[in-house]
Amino acid sequence: MNAVKSFFHAMGTRFRELPRWAKVLLAVAAVVFVYLLPIINPPLITTTDSDFGAVLFLCALYSLVALGLNIVIGYAGLLDLGYIGFFAVGAFTVGVLGSSHAKLPLLLCIPIAMAATLISGVLLGAPTLRVRGDYLAIVTLGFGEIIRLILLNTDWLSGARGISDIPSPPSWAIFEIPHITWQGFTAFVDLENTTTFLEFGVTDSIPYYWLALTFVIIVLFLDWLMQNSRVGRAWEATREDEDAAELMGVPTFRFKLLAFATGAAIGGLSGALFASKQAFINPDNFTIIYSVLFVAMVVVGGQGNRWGVIVAATLLTWAPEKFRFLSDGRFLLFGVALMALAIFRPQGLLPPRRTVRARAAEESEIVEEGAVNV
Amino acid sequence: MDLLINHFWELTITGLSIGAVYSLVALGYTLVYGVLRLINFAHSEVFMWGSFAAVWVLMAVGAGKATGIGLVGFLLVGFLAAMTVSALVALLLELVAYRPLRKRNAPPLISLISAIGASFALSELMGLRDKPFKWFGLDDNLAPYVGRPRENLPFPLLVETKRLFPVFNYQVTNIDVIVLGSAIVMMVILDQFVKRSRLGRGIRAVAQDSEAAALMGVNRDRVIRLTFLIGGLMAGAAAMMYLLKIGVTRYNAGFILGVKAFTAAVLGGIGNLRGALLGGFVLGVAENYGSALFGTQWKDVVAFLLLIVILLFRPTGLLGESLGKARA
Amino acid sequence: MSESTPAAERSEGPPRLEAVESVPDTSVDIRVEEIAELPPGKMLEVDDVTLRFGGVKALDGVSFHINTGEILGLIGPNGAGKTTCFNVMTGVYQPTSGAVRFMDEPLGKRNKFEITKLGIARTFQNIRLFHNMTALENVLVGADAHHSTGIFSALLRLPKHRAEEAEGMARAQELLKFMGLERRADELARNLPYGDQRRLEIARALATNPKLLCLDEPAAGFNPAEKARLMELIQTIRDQGYTVLLIEHDMKLVMGVTDRIVVLEFGKKIAEGLPADIRDNPAVVAAYLGVDESAS
Repeated sequence: MNAVKSFFHAMGTRFRELPRWAKVLLAVAAVVFVYLLPIINPPLITTTDSDFGAVLFLCALYSLVALGLNIVIGYAGLLDLGYIGFFAVGAFTVGVLGSSHAKLPLLLCIPIAMAATLISGVLLGAPTLRVRGDYLAIVTLGFGEIIRLILLNTDWLSGARGISDIPSPPSWAIFEIPHITWQGFTAFVDLENTTTFLEFGVTDSIPYYWLALTFVIIVLFLDWLMQNSRVGRAWEATREDEDAAELMGVPTFRFKLLAFATGAAIGGLSGALFASKQAFINPDNFTIIYSVLFVAMVVVGGQGNRWGVIVAATLLTWAPEKFRFLSDGRFLLFGVALMALAIFRPQGLLPPRRTVRARAAEESEIVEEGAVNV
Repeated sequence: MDLLINHFWELTITGLSIGAVYSLVALGYTLVYGVLRLINFAHSEVFMWGSFAAVWVLMAVGAGKATGIGLVGFLLVGFLAAMTVSALVALLLELVAYRPLRKRNAPPLISLISAIGASFALSELMGLRDKPFKWFGLDDNLAPYVGRPRENLPFPLLVETKRLFPVFNYQVTNIDVIVLGSAIVMMVILDQFVKRSRLGRGIRAVAQDSEAAALMGVNRDRVIRLTFLIGGLMAGAAAMMYLLKIGVTRYNAGFILGVKAFTAAVLGGIGNLRGALLGGFVLGVAENYGSALFGTQWKDVVAFLLLIVILLFRPTGLLGESLGKARA
Repeated sequence: MSESTPAAERSEGPPRLEAVESVPDTSVDIRVEEIAELPPGKMLEVDDVTLRFGGVKALDGVSFHINTGEILGLIGPNGAGKTTCFNVMTGVYQPTSGAVRFMDEPLGKRNKFEITKLGIARTFQNIRLFHNMTALENVLVGADAHHSTGIFSALLRLPKHRAEEAEGMARAQELLKFMGLERRADELARNLPYGDQRRLEIARALATNPKLLCLDEPAAGFNPAEKARLMELIQTIRDQGYTVLLIEHDMKLVMGVTDRIVVLEFGKKIAEGLPADIRDNPAVVAAYLGVDESAS
């Protein structure tokens, strides 16, 4: 295990030692590559049995969800088992305002959806965050279900029929991008199969993927800003030892509520994007199972690690599609994989977050360990 | 409102009898939480497997319409089958999903992940039960047991509903009596066991201070296994009662019931045995009243809202925490 | 004023930090003007405080005061109520009767963090650092107590936010240097040696800019040399303008560093006065049953 750790640290060090322009170039190249993934359709990664663009959209969307939930669970240490509720509020706000009871454009609906979700987060959190941590789990679970049931039983909002014809983002067709197809490992440019930049239609998921990915990048940046400020410190201190934190001057309740509300807003944003892409939503899309899945993504990714949860979200969304031939056994495999992970890698896929300086201290630790082993 | 007033006693008594099911399952959640501070997400599947065991065994012995001694016999067989299998599944769960984590001092969130994984694994195993047989050639005789794995499986024992005696304007049925009666018997036995027996004291000791208990010579591993065993037995009994009332089971029947039972446990005060019992009954009755007042589709909403409201005014639940203390 | 490193680790390779005990650098200036220039008077007054838990009286009519700029010792046998007193003063418990007044204002039903912002900070008998955060981050959390920017300022990196972050960082570095922990700033708190953890707790409390610093058995587990350094540290803290309330079991330390002493037994105050008077007080000696604390 030490050898693997040392290898990654060596790679990381080599990366950090590059001159600044090289780092920026590499980062930009990586980002461009991620955007172009569904166009390039790399042979081993692409999902053959389903639309790769649609799968990538879901990966990006659930990454967004995971980032939001990571703030609640990973940073502030609040166990939220009802996150799908916020997702649903976002989705149905867009549905109601954009389709069933008004025809507001999507770009206006999204901020309203986020505001609505934020308010619901505050309303839920204000009374319940005072309650002990483990109770919070069941209360949030209840909240998620209450939202779904209210939606199911209130025809004005949705009813069992759901809402259809949800608006898509405004389109502006500029040019066409041809996809790349592969035979074996040789690439061919396929002029028949193109994506229009930037047209949000029913058939092509890729522009939606780009939209979701853009939001992921924005949220990642905002997350970084929060983490490296008193907000992130306060959350972490609250998670480590709430009473001690409060005695050190941290208004813990306020920060817990802030984490909850922020997470809610991001959940609402994700729901809004989901609704727009699907164009049709009904309460069956928003069951407890998803809340559980989202929690798994955060914990599997290494709670508190924003990159870890993105990796986990992507993996947990992509793998079932890639291995579709296992279709029926998917959830069984999921269950077994969770148990195995809990036993063999409880810290999650990626280790908990490290600041640059703490990582440097860790590196000297590794060098020392190496010296001792010699 | 009229519906509530006119049918008050019916709603109350049937609410109590479904509440009994919740209570018994809630016991499993509260026991494990009290001793391990763990939300045993997979307890719902312990219940579900027990229900299948009862159905399968009763199918195998050819149960159908029955009365009198035959009925008693079938009931006993059913209870026994369900309780045995549930207990076994619970013990297996402890062995495979939780003990390795305990030995490594895993943080609670990780145990929850393992619990979630186990829950999926167990319910999916039941939901895929036809697969192994398909691979080896499905014997038609086995079809009723393992065929159509994702659909309802009906309970073969048909108990003719007999109105036994009136409580005000409601005629209490024999099913109500069986369900409530067996539940009360179980609860009394458990209560006395925890209060008086050596093992029961061990459970309470480990719940309060696990290390001190170990230092006093309590075998923690054994206590924990016992906790799971008791929870399993109770869930198995609840499964049989559930089958008597609802008449079918399916591979994911555990899920909603589990959520409700856990709600009941929290309602009564998690970690508190009597609280779990009270919580179950309160929940069952409140659900019924809620259905009468607002319509059956709002039943579950009532349940959750009740929980939230109680927790707001009494954060430790109706009877507070007691098996073990809250974090000091 | 750093100690010479042991010969064993002066050879090649990176410095083995674990082997070296950090030594405080008491020449560092950690004054805060507005605290150091408080007028003399009663800073904190505990007025006939009784605290009941069910049938148990943890504190029974306790009254004492702390003067601005003094070091007050709070001693008594185990279970006397000293930490409980701390807890009442910092808002962890509400007194059943009686009141605590800080700078002439009753604490009332204030939250713990509000009391910290008023100017009372503390350390803990069992170390309660934020173990998975670095030493620097621990102290920064303390420094945030006197900051006021919120999430929007943070997201937009407004000037006020940047100024507060810079101030917090400067203050934290200053305090870490004072405690001799500046080389360990980026180590996780749980990896620090025991003595450093205790000192880090004090640094974290000081970062909140407290008028009154409450130390709960800061010397527990220290050897005589460390205790001597701690005495010097506490005196320097007072000289820099802070008022100190000290719970300690080591009599030599208490006698050596405090200006006045209050003695508790079974939740009641049994003596109060100058160290010399307390040492000879028969009630105090009886309370300790002649256990020789000073020979630790």
